[in-house]
Amino acid sequence: MRSAAQLVAAILCAVGAASAASRRTAISPTNIFAPASTPARDIFRLSIFGLEIEGAIFVVVFSLLAFAVVKFRQRKNDDDVEPPQVYGSNQIELAWTVVPVLTVVVLFLSTARVIYRVQDAKRPKSAIDVTVVGHQFWWEYRYPQYGFVASNELHVPVSDPRHPTPTFLTLLSADVDHSFWVPRLAGKTDLIPNHPNSMWIDPQETGLYLGQCAQYCGTQHAKMLLSVYVQSREDFDRWVHQQQQPAVSDPSVAGGRVLFQAKLCFICHTVRGTPAAGQVGPDLTHLMSRDTIGSGAVPNTPENLSRWIRNPNTFKPGSRMPPQNLTGTELEQIAAYLSTLR
Amino acid sequence: MASDAIPLTVHKSSLSVVYEWLATVDHKKIGIMYIVYALLFLVVMGIEAILMRLQLSHANATFLSPQVFNRLFTLHGTTGIFFVAMPILFGFGNYLVPLMIGARDMAFPRMNAFSFWITAFGGFLLYASIFAGGALAQAGSAPDVGWFAYAPLTAPAFSPGHSTDYWALSLLVAGVGSIGAAVNFVATVLSLRCPGMTLGRMPLFAWMNLVMGGLVLVTISPLTAAQIMLVLDRYLGSHFFDTDAGGSVVLWMHFFWIFGHPEVYVLIIPCFGFVSEIIPVFSRKAIFGYPAMVAASVSIGFVSLGVWAHHMFTVGMPSYGNTFFVLTTMLVAVPTGIKLFNWLATMWGGKIHFATPMLFSAGFLFQFLTGGLTGVMLATAPFDWQLGNSYFVVAHFHYIIVGGILFTLFAAFYYWFPKMTGRMLNETLGKWHFWLFVIGFHLTFDFMHIPGLLGMPRRIYTYEAGRGWETWNMISSVGAVFQAAAILLFVYNMILSYFKGAPAGNDPWDAWTLEWATSSPPPDYNFAVVPPVRSRRPLWDIKHPEDPDWKYE
Repeated sequence: MRSAAQLVAAILCAVGAASAASRRTAISPTNIFAPASTPARDIFRLSIFGLEIEGAIFVVVFSLLAFAVVKFRQRKNDDDVEPPQVYGSNQIELAWTVVPVLTVVVLFLSTARVIYRVQDAKRPKSAIDVTVVGHQFWWEYRYPQYGFVASNELHVPVSDPRHPTPTFLTLLSADVDHSFWVPRLAGKTDLIPNHPNSMWIDPQETGLYLGQCAQYCGTQHAKMLLSVYVQSREDFDRWVHQQQQPAVSDPSVAGGRVLFQAKLCFICHTVRGTPAAGQVGPDLTHLMSRDTIGSGAVPNTPENLSRWIRNPNTFKPGSRMPPQNLTGTELEQIAAYLSTLR
Repeated sequence: MASDAIPLTVHKSSLSVVYEWLATVDHKKIGIMYIVYALLFLVVMGIEAILMRLQLSHANATFLSPQVFNRLFTLHGTTGIFFVAMPILFGFGNYLVPLMIGARDMAFPRMNAFSFWITAFGGFLLYASIFAGGALAQAGSAPDVGWFAYAPLTAPAFSPGHSTDYWALSLLVAGVGSIGAAVNFVATVLSLRCPGMTLGRMPLFAWMNLVMGGLVLVTISPLTAAQIMLVLDRYLGSHFFDTDAGGSVVLWMHFFWIFGHPEVYVLIIPCFGFVSEIIPVFSRKAIFGYPAMVAASVSIGFVSLGVWAHHMFTVGMPSYGNTFFVLTTMLVAVPTGIKLFNWLATMWGGKIHFATPMLFSAGFLFQFLTGGLTGVMLATAPFDWQLGNSYFVVAHFHYIIVGGILFTLFAAFYYWFPKMTGRMLNETLGKWHFWLFVIGFHLTFDFMHIPGLLGMPRRIYTYEAGRGWETWNMISSVGAVFQAAAILLFVYNMILSYFKGAPAGNDPWDAWTLEWATSSPPPDYNFAVVPPVRSRRPLWDIKHPEDPDWKYE
């Protein structure tokens, strides 16, 4: 029994060592077994430990079952005598009660350790704060230390383990339940109205980390994607500086800017530096700094943007933004205006 | 003792057959109605599953709109739990418990009939919403809030129209039926056992129904309360789950899961009863460790009442709260393991005869082991922060519900169909059914774990390419086709065998519990004379007078 457990443990370790993180992300950019941040890594280690124990139990009990099924099957040339009747054994019952209890104790203690380490981690002074607000069906990111709001694409600085700059997320919801899940950075935590939550990440490699809403939140739950851009400190500071600026005011698209007001886009959207200050939809002040529109629904190209404005249902049926009744010229003007919002 | 107090319900042939079934209070007819009703809904939920698997078989599919997909998974889940699994188990319990304990009927026959009809009405209400629920434009014509219907998605602001009302009332009404059935099981087992049948000699299936009945009484009540609060919120201006007025949506989660988790045991515990009857008979040995089996089941029942918040590891409970529910959840593994080991020990040293009921029972043992272990993985709260609400969870609970509950139900069908109809199910078709279903089950649900590990959340109507999810989803979808074929074969087998199956006789499996001592199907009054009960296996004692059980117990 012990040798079987050791064998499984050895195999699992070999698999773990052989496949580098890059190979694991090649399988999927959202692979939970390719952690790049402390909470995800703590979970990964615990899960491998648990898998070793559970794998060992599986192999042992599966083998016993398979052995029993093969060995004790009725043979063709069998006599009709009933086998010896055995009613039970207190010693055996005790044995297979005590062994599972001990296993549970070990698993429980190792689990409790990780719960406290991840959930009750101290927030260092160097941490970045971001307030994440879940909406049907997009993400709002408020940066209270820097005084601006971004949408749908979260930017955080890389965290050097020697001088950690983790990002602490406060999770709120504007409507229904959502869940923030970027598997390579941390486990998921729900965004619940009237019930603020928090979590933290300290990504240690730059790059784009994907995820998506993991709590059913209505029609377009499927297209509420998460993109986390982990940048070097310099790039992050540059991005922050750019986001802090009010919207570009380009005189060549004045017509579009007027239409943006006239067609009531401002009721839902904010463009800082203009009268538009709606809070229902994403902030558009720096729309062109984003790679996607519709919270990851489609790439942010001029053509997609026009089609989105005319009717978001083309890409995201059930989106909260209604189709816009615009003439061709009006649409062109508004799209031209938006494409200046860098 | 008890049979004297129960009036006979013998129908005269002047009544039409239809009236006889509509008006019956006979536990056997009610049991069969529960089973047939649940089988119809099993086909409905299966069709819903196939449609969803088609949509998910490849990335960016447009076969179903998001609205339709969301309705399908809501109906699939709600139907599966409330209108397939519970009624089918109540059906078997209704049919078998009185026969196994030598009673003439359930303790409250008229309430028994009421429970069935009110449950049936609940299922009707759920599906009536398709035709009647779309009161407002864009409101949705069937519930689309998910089977656990987290607030505030159910608030009028997010769920206009009446589909959510149909959902809430349907569960409310079905809950009344469940409570009635539970009262009946508890009362029947406690007070209608025949002379000699002490609690310690009662078949394990009867024990399991006692535990299940007790659990239903405790757990359906909070669900019913929650549905009432939801309807009050929606129509009478209360604010239980209205966060704008200081209500709490986490309250809904607690109410729902303090029902929802014990519900899993409500479903699986009677299935433990099935295999505890079938494995001994086909291994030709007495159940190993009967007292341990009873103790383990009762303790599973108790512990299951304190584990509900493991469905809520991601909602931001404090660390000590999470730790508590990790411990209680892991503790369930201990009595569950005891049960598995006792079944193993029962087979050990036996002469296992692999007729179809035993094939399905053996399949159950392997799959329950796997589903149990993925359950332990999910009980590890930090691991659940990754796996919770992902396809890994979907795979895990289908492993228990299909690989555990449905497999034992198939075993039960092949084992007791002869008693219910007087005819054997066809063994050749049964083996085809088994192997096709095993292949389909493992294709669908083994491979479904993987996209969960790769970050695929549940309840998404489509997904983008490039996440590494396509292959696994395609394999899952292919498996669904095998499962559907197996189910069609099963339905065909039942119809064919009902008319042309080999006559069963009283005791086709050479079994040991009382139901095999009467004719197949049993007369209205069950037993003219109940055989003497001096041990847990009264029919063994009759068949082996030289070596009866009561000498050893």
